[in-house]
Amino acid sequence: MDFGDSPEEADFRRRLRDWLRDNNPGLPASSTSDAYWAGQAPWHQALYDAGFFGMSWPKDIGGQGLPSVYEVIVDAELARAGAPPRPSLGYLVVGIGHHASDDVKQRFLPGLVNGRDRWCQGFSEPDAGSDLASLRTRAELDGDEYVITGHKVWTSYSDAADWCLLLARTDPDVPKHRGLSAFAVPMRQPGIEQRPLKMINGVTREFGEVLFDGARVPAANMIGQPGEGWRLAMTVVSHEREPGELGYVARYSKVVSELGRQVKADPGKFGPEQVRDLGWAMIEAEMLRLHVSRRLSDRMDGISHGPEGSVDKLLMTAVEQAVGHAALSVGGTPHGDGDDMWLKVYLYSRAQSVMGGTSQIQRNLVASRILGLPAS
Amino acid sequence: MDVRFSPEQQALRDSAAQAVDRLGPHTVRDLEDTERAAKLDAAVEASGWRELRAAGEGRAPLASAVEAAIIAEEMGRGLADAPFVGATLAAELRRLVGAPPATARETVGFVADLSAPAVADRGTLPAGAVAIDARHSASALVLVPVEGGHAVAEVSLDASIPAEVDLTRPAATIAAGAGMERLGPVEQPLTADDLRRWTALGLGLTSADLVGVMRGVLSVACEYAGARRQYGVAIGSFQAVQHMLADACVAMEGSRSVALHAAWAVDALAAEEALAATAMAKAYCSRAARMVCETGIQVHGGIGNTWDCMAHVYLRRALLAIDVLGGAGANLQRVLDHNGIGGADGLR
Ligand SMILES: Cc1cc2nc3c(=O)[nH]c(=O)nc-3n(C[C@H](O)[C@H](O)[C@H](O)COP(=O)(O)OP(=O)(O)OC[C@H]3O[C@@H](n4cnc5c(N)ncnc54)[C@H](O)[C@@H]3O)c2cc1C
Repeated sequence: MDFGDSPEEADFRRRLRDWLRDNNPGLPASSTSDAYWAGQAPWHQALYDAGFFGMSWPKDIGGQGLPSVYEVIVDAELARAGAPPRPSLGYLVVGIGHHASDDVKQRFLPGLVNGRDRWCQGFSEPDAGSDLASLRTRAELDGDEYVITGHKVWTSYSDAADWCLLLARTDPDVPKHRGLSAFAVPMRQPGIEQRPLKMINGVTREFGEVLFDGARVPAANMIGQPGEGWRLAMTVVSHEREPGELGYVARYSKVVSELGRQVKADPGKFGPEQVRDLGWAMIEAEMLRLHVSRRLSDRMDGISHGPEGSVDKLLMTAVEQAVGHAALSVGGTPHGDGDDMWLKVYLYSRAQSVMGGTSQIQRNLVASRILGLPAS
Repeated sequence: MDVRFSPEQQALRDSAAQAVDRLGPHTVRDLEDTERAAKLDAAVEASGWRELRAAGEGRAPLASAVEAAIIAEEMGRGLADAPFVGATLAAELRRLVGAPPATARETVGFVADLSAPAVADRGTLPAGAVAIDARHSASALVLVPVEGGHAVAEVSLDASIPAEVDLTRPAATIAAGAGMERLGPVEQPLTADDLRRWTALGLGLTSADLVGVMRGVLSVACEYAGARRQYGVAIGSFQAVQHMLADACVAMEGSRSVALHAAWAVDALAAEEALAATAMAKAYCSRAARMVCETGIQVHGGIGNTWDCMAHVYLRRALLAIDVLGGAGANLQRVLDHNGIGGADGLR
């Protein structure tokens, strides 16, 4: 067991550190302004072009073909440099990679990995959140195309997306989990309307609603087989719950070190409660870095699509919300005309226990699938 | 980086798990079965686990702190009522000052609240100094300030203290006015960095012990939740019960990750960094362990509040492990100090 760098890893770390010295785009620490999201595509492409994105993905889709633990180094160095986290889309790559045919993979994954194609994930609907399988968006075969009608909501990055990984009902006559299929739907077409939603922290580019009214998608864009949509969705969300896939460690470490600098600069200004909140946030963020090291090391035995992601999601949520509390406590609430960035960091942290499946749903999954407790 | 256990480490974990499952206490009544406890103690003795930190070639220990933490975790999980942490910390002290290995069983003396090792100032130990994990030990090691750091001295133990906190690991009082015999060559005192590293080992081992306790109580509680029926169904089918146990599981897994890193850090990082990494782990595990053990009691309901239910044995073992070298608050302070935050008075 070794948490240290091998010579190759140390060399990689040095190269990344050098590169970051000149290439840090200096975006906000978190989703606190629209500039953060506007900078995503160029940041993704720059990281990719320099060879620092998709470390463990196969080379034929543009990955680096290295062990997963390289992602730990990437996260640590991004945090150290105060750079934005790596783009969070590993779960789409893993989901499509696991279910699509080779041909479909080759059509879509390289553009997703290199950042030239922007993607969003259209699963949730106004009446189908936790109970995702009850979704009503329809996809009806018409010649060699499907016609889509329905309403998706809280769709992250829908404003910038070229493609949507859409979950729709292709067979209304079978039990609800079995009638779903997944598609790669081109977003820029007349049958699709995208409306931004404003988050509680004022950001408008985090997510939106997407209305499908006769939008068309070639049948050849189906990901997996007809009826495989539910299984694909479960693969996607199980990895969407993994901090190793999301790279948020860098974001949390960056926020706590920035808060730490504020306290160090003017220690007399902060009382024991504030210092304690910051201390726990530091400990939580460091815990997540170590937890990700452990999970990504386990991947060297082969990737599993099991329920561990629910444990990780709950840990990640505890971290994000402890960091959010430290931001509120140390950064303060600007009742006058002060900077409201820390307030926005705090408000954003509330979403972590909802997105990707709520904390209550994760606890249900841990109870049934990990602890083996009887069904309720 | 590869933080998986090596095949040897897996084998070590399996043999420790087998020993405690076979010979450890499974009921509160088992704790009084001295014949069983003696067999467990003999198995631990025969395995050589208490000597993992004794000096091998040069000043290096026979095994890394990772191996020692593997044993500590399994012993915590199985509530092993045989000494380990005290003996291991004593062996580490001997190694660091170049003293020969102990010829009889021994442990370490601590200040009354266990937050630090006992230091004899001008020949007098602090009031209430106590030897932890003292079963079968006739003596304890304490520190004596000397030029260049601390010397390690041996004192004899007096009465064993009835196991009031941790029912699996009784303490002992140190004989009043006990003579102290300095160990090791005069030219090799315990330096400040040695003391940091020794503290790191203590924090790493107690964190591992806590992870084991959490795993143990969680499995007992899940088993009970599947068996106990109310309203005609297993209580484990109630979402309120499921969510308590899920939170306990998550806290245990986070603790496991930090405790593994702590065990690695003891030998792999510079002394200051090792102390910070293990303090961070101990703070996290201390907070988690109390919550997880309390959940263990809550899931058991009324039975969980009776002496004969094992739930409180886990909690009590955790309370001791938390206090050795400080729990959540003291170690949070160490983390803040390491990061230069919180100023001179910190949280105090
Ligand atoms: C920032 C953000 C980004 C998002 N991005 C995307 C995206 O890109 N694509 C996408 O498809 N979706 C996205 N979502 C949607 C997200 O997946 C859903 O909001 C989430 O699954 C919860 O569904 P809901 O909002 O309908 O809440 P509901 O399901 O209505 O839940 C409301 C409350 O009831 C509780 N509850 C519901 N069912 C149970 C149960 N069985 N047991 C116990 N408690 C229960 C929930 O925990 C919650 O507290 C995003 C959401 C957010 C906040």
